[in-house]
Amino acid sequence: MLEIDNLTCGYDDKFHLRNINFKLADKEFVGIIGPNGSGKTTLLKAISRLLKPNKGRVLFAGKDIWQINLKELAMKIAVVSQSPVTNSMTVEDFVLLGRIPHFKLLQFLESKKDLAMAEKIMSLTDILRFKDRAIAEMSGGEKQLVFLTRALMQEPKLILLDEPTAHLDITHQVVILDLLKRLNKRTGLTVVMVLHDLNLASEYCERLILINEGQIYKTGKPEEVLQYQIIEQVYKTVVVVDKNPISSKPYLLVVPEEERQRSGQR
Amino acid sequence: MKNKLLNWFIWVAVLGGILLGTCILSLAIGSSEISFKKIIPLLLEGKGTAEYSILFNLRLPRIILGFAIGGALSLAGVMLQGMFRNPLVEPYTLGISGGAALGVCLNIVLRLNHTLGILSLPISGFIGALTVILLVYFLTLRKGLLKVQGLLLTGVMISFICSSLLMFIMAVSRAEDLHGIVFWIMGSLEEPNWLLIKAAVWVSLLGLFLSYLFSLHLNAFSLGEDEAKSLGINTERIKSLLFIFSSLLTGLSVSICGVIGFVGLVIPHFMRLLVGGDHRLLLISSYLGGAIFLILCDTFARTIISPLELPVGVITGILGGILFIYALTKKQLVLGEK
Repeated sequence: MLEIDNLTCGYDDKFHLRNINFKLADKEFVGIIGPNGSGKTTLLKAISRLLKPNKGRVLFAGKDIWQINLKELAMKIAVVSQSPVTNSMTVEDFVLLGRIPHFKLLQFLESKKDLAMAEKIMSLTDILRFKDRAIAEMSGGEKQLVFLTRALMQEPKLILLDEPTAHLDITHQVVILDLLKRLNKRTGLTVVMVLHDLNLASEYCERLILINEGQIYKTGKPEEVLQYQIIEQVYKTVVVVDKNPISSKPYLLVVPEEERQRSGQR
Repeated sequence: MKNKLLNWFIWVAVLGGILLGTCILSLAIGSSEISFKKIIPLLLEGKGTAEYSILFNLRLPRIILGFAIGGALSLAGVMLQGMFRNPLVEPYTLGISGGAALGVCLNIVLRLNHTLGILSLPISGFIGALTVILLVYFLTLRKGLLKVQGLLLTGVMISFICSSLLMFIMAVSRAEDLHGIVFWIMGSLEEPNWLLIKAAVWVSLLGLFLSYLFSLHLNAFSLGEDEAKSLGINTERIKSLLFIFSSLLTGLSVSICGVIGFVGLVIPHFMRLLVGGDHRLLLISSYLGGAIFLILCDTFARTIISPLELPVGVITGILGGILFIYALTKKQLVLGEK
């Protein structure tokens, strides 16, 4: 579905990403992880055609995304980012903005089909009961569900999410990721997300791409990437890796300075 | 959807009704009072009387011009604030009025209007506005990108340069030219040339029509520029088009009526508070709101110290400023936030 071919890009001639290569199959559920400033969000921007590559290409279904018409691309790739909401729309109106790429020339109003779809997806993401509320009045977790619903209204094949669980309590973290997982399983939606929480990444993602200093450091299944030697090397901190007794996925524990000194670690 | 359309229709009908009421009020009020009852008989059979002449040769052109210019300025404000997601951007912060004022001022001082005719005044204003628009646009454009901070700063700086040049010209100009310059800078809806009034109406209505082609784009811009892009919108192209478009509307207004501030800043804010952030309703309601506000301000301007007349720019500034501060203290008036 997606192929990143020798991608080098950045801002103002400074390269934040160098020689990135990877392929993404249909229906994959992938997490991009890495320390702050490693280039995760830059990668997401390059995939979503917000940042032009200095070198290399990003191919969607075999076609360079910069050769695909913007509107056409918006019907295939949707993005959920962390932009603050500054409008006073109701949830329903906000969600309906996601239909814009599907509007015909000189179409100004949503069709019956659009409204029915909004109803359906809002009930799927469990926000139908808020549909008449102003988006500015919603909590962080509810807002994130609204953003996700708006992106799903584009009917994308691939959804890109930039830290969808940032600033959320564990209930909402699980609600959002469970929902994405369900969509991935049931509708075949391909999911790529940047995650800071390595334990969530481990539990939910089939494959992880670990980025360090603008390059791919390691890619593979969570148990292949989340090894303490790799994490300590990249994140420059001491961690303990264990296994979740229920899911058998690896999980990480950090070790505070005091404990490190007591046990003789640096 | 039916409910939404009904809601939109009600808002437009209410604002249209208020506009009509304002027009009738403005026709009737003035240094010579003409009762409401007399307006229709005068219209039908009063041709040739002094009252007919006051109504339809003096007051009506001002009302029509107020409608066109108020609407155009407010529309330009909605478009600029919408695409830059910044409540401070308005036609005048971008230096357009400064350029137009400088153009007209040069015309007066160099006495070009004596040789080229009175129409050369709006034309030189328009050339001044256009020069600033292009200057701000190309000075701000970096690698094909138009950034709002750069645009604002360049606009404000060019505005300062223009007003300093203006002051310099005023300081060295003859006393008889000074009056013309001052009156023009403060703005007035008094325009004896029907051709210009008609041109203003057509351009302003065309502006309203064209702005609708971008109503959904403006809605998408409210999500943020990157989000608008990921909804399939060519943000750079749309921004350039909307910028040039709203600048031309402002340039036209300034070149005909002089500097009338605050309409493009205050009215879009109020309308956003009243009708919400959907540009499909916001554009038309701001247009109507701008028209109502300017016609009302002009009525004040010509009646408050009647038979003398105040420049309408003074009234829009004072009234608009007070209303704005009131709204700020009452509600959190961040762009679009209720």
